[in-house]
Amino acid sequence: MADRRTWGLLAEFENPATLLHAAERARDAGYKNFETWTPFPIHGMDRAMGLKGSKVGWIVLGGGLTGLAGALLLQWWTSAVAYPMVIGGKPYFAWEWATPVTFELSILLSAFGAVFGMFALNRLPRPYHPLDRIPRFRKVTDDAFFLTIEATDPKFAQAREFLEQAGGRNITEVPA
Amino acid sequence: MATPTSQETVFPPPLVEGGHTFGSVTDAICGVVEKPTSNGWKAAFTAALAGLALFGVSVGYLIWEGTGIWGLNNPVAWGWAIVNFVFWVGIGHAGTLISAILFLFRQKWRTSINRFAEAMTIFAVICALTFPTIHVGRVWLLYWAMPIPNQMGLWPNFRSPLLWDVFAVSTYFTVSLLFWFVGLVPDLATLRDRAKTKIAHTLYGMASLGWRGANRHWQNYERAYLILAGLSTPLVLSVHTIVSFDFAVSVVPGWHTTIFPPYFVAGAIFSGFAMVLTLAIPARKVFGLQDFITVRHIENMNKIILVTGMMVGYAYAMEFFIAWYSQSAYESFAFVNRAFGPYAWAYWIMVSCNVITPQLFWFKKIRTNVGLSFILSIFVNIGMWFERFVITMSLHRDFLPSAWDYYSPTIWDITTFVGTFGLFFTLFLLFLRFLPAVAIAEVKGVMPQANPHWEGYHQHSDAAHGTTAGHGDKVHG
Repeated sequence: MADRRTWGLLAEFENPATLLHAAERARDAGYKNFETWTPFPIHGMDRAMGLKGSKVGWIVLGGGLTGLAGALLLQWWTSAVAYPMVIGGKPYFAWEWATPVTFELSILLSAFGAVFGMFALNRLPRPYHPLDRIPRFRKVTDDAFFLTIEATDPKFAQAREFLEQAGGRNITEVPA
Repeated sequence: MATPTSQETVFPPPLVEGGHTFGSVTDAICGVVEKPTSNGWKAAFTAALAGLALFGVSVGYLIWEGTGIWGLNNPVAWGWAIVNFVFWVGIGHAGTLISAILFLFRQKWRTSINRFAEAMTIFAVICALTFPTIHVGRVWLLYWAMPIPNQMGLWPNFRSPLLWDVFAVSTYFTVSLLFWFVGLVPDLATLRDRAKTKIAHTLYGMASLGWRGANRHWQNYERAYLILAGLSTPLVLSVHTIVSFDFAVSVVPGWHTTIFPPYFVAGAIFSGFAMVLTLAIPARKVFGLQDFITVRHIENMNKIILVTGMMVGYAYAMEFFIAWYSQSAYESFAFVNRAFGPYAWAYWIMVSCNVITPQLFWFKKIRTNVGLSFILSIFVNIGMWFERFVITMSLHRDFLPSAWDYYSPTIWDITTFVGTFGLFFTLFLLFLRFLPAVAIAEVKGVMPQANPHWEGYHQHSDAAHGTTAGHGDKVHG
């Protein structure tokens, strides 16, 4: 097994096609703690890595329902309970006039759910990562395609050999 | 899986021209930010700062002296301030349309212009928000519009469209800003990784939140982006609908019409696309982004301008029809007065710029002519400002002739409006200088070689099963 001072192995791939293929092979070989790193999302990579769907949608739903309920409560309570006032002979509360604000607040909190939920699920912000020590890895936001296998993976002992066979180049050990 | 899907046959014209590779896309777009500050930018920025100073003086004097410095009078209590507010909000809507609605419709050509258009949205909404803020006169009491518990025990009137507007526009601004920022994160990471100086590395590093392109992150990211697009689409429609309620829910002749929400939304998209062209045509030239913002993009936007311009024209005609059909004397008078009364000059400027000149876009030669597109986009900007002016001026002859009056702006109305262009261009030039004006990661994603099943890869990966020897030429070819 790997020693504690190793975070994992980094391998570079030539293009999205070879990386996708390598991810499929890593999935089929039973690797769990591996990740691909790309300058843009690659179509089909989630399936190739064997990932489940994103949970962002559930957070958005929660945000949206909170906004909906909160807005209705706010408008009903302020207009009909806290300071009831007749304006233009209209009822103290009616869903019709409450609709615009309710809609806007539902959208607002849904959007908060989408953005902050996504960052939370991704554990961002993350100022430092072991991969930052590998100068070549900086190309990941330009035109390089990487696959990493972490030292915590049960099959890490065979990882280097696997990456070589899968066509990885410049295979590098990443210190923790 | 086995048959190669050919992107080229499905999408005949390329979205990115000039034979770019992933690396050259990064270089081209980041180069704009990384190059030393050009003299042209400095000159433009100086002019924008002068405009901003004018804005500062105008607003400062307004707050000191009160709204009496404007040309407002008794029937026309809403003058240029509301005209300018609607004008700027409307401009913003094209940005959201491009970023959200075209995204949902999988219009991949949008990727080159969406960053740009979203920035325009945010800065336009900032300009828009200043007008209701200062129009209240006592800006220090603006918190009364917020549902904040206070010593009076009073709450805002949620039955008022003006309050709906507070929620709509502030939600719109917040969501647009978040959407824009989410799109920027991977590109900020690109700038971070290319940074030559420590300060640039630190600042872009903080702004990019430590984005490193992990696929698990992309997965959540893409989902969040899709949802934001799905949320922004009804949002943008609701915002201008609610802006139109400011007028339509009142009982003023010429305002109290059910056509207002769709008519305002169409007008907003119309004016917004015109503003995108007004900004993008010079910018692509100055920053050498012609490979990304191509003539195809300009032509597509011209088509949208043609369509929405005719919708607006239809609305103008339908307003007249309904005014006659309703047999309401006040309603009929309001429209006859618009076209033939004291403000007829404004009405016919509006019709000329919004309905007549966009018809030139029926001709492909004109749609694909960059210079003419620029000129016609300016016409639309002017026409749409006048549309809001014409609508607002319905107030000048309301019910009783004894109350009628003619409204003219004062010098302070003019300086405030001109000043918002200073504010807008200050922000826009800072954006062009420090942030990537084209969405780098997204543009790479729509290039044919981004598809793992691209033909160029396929012949090799079948034979060599992932061995990378000999791939280099093909990938970057």
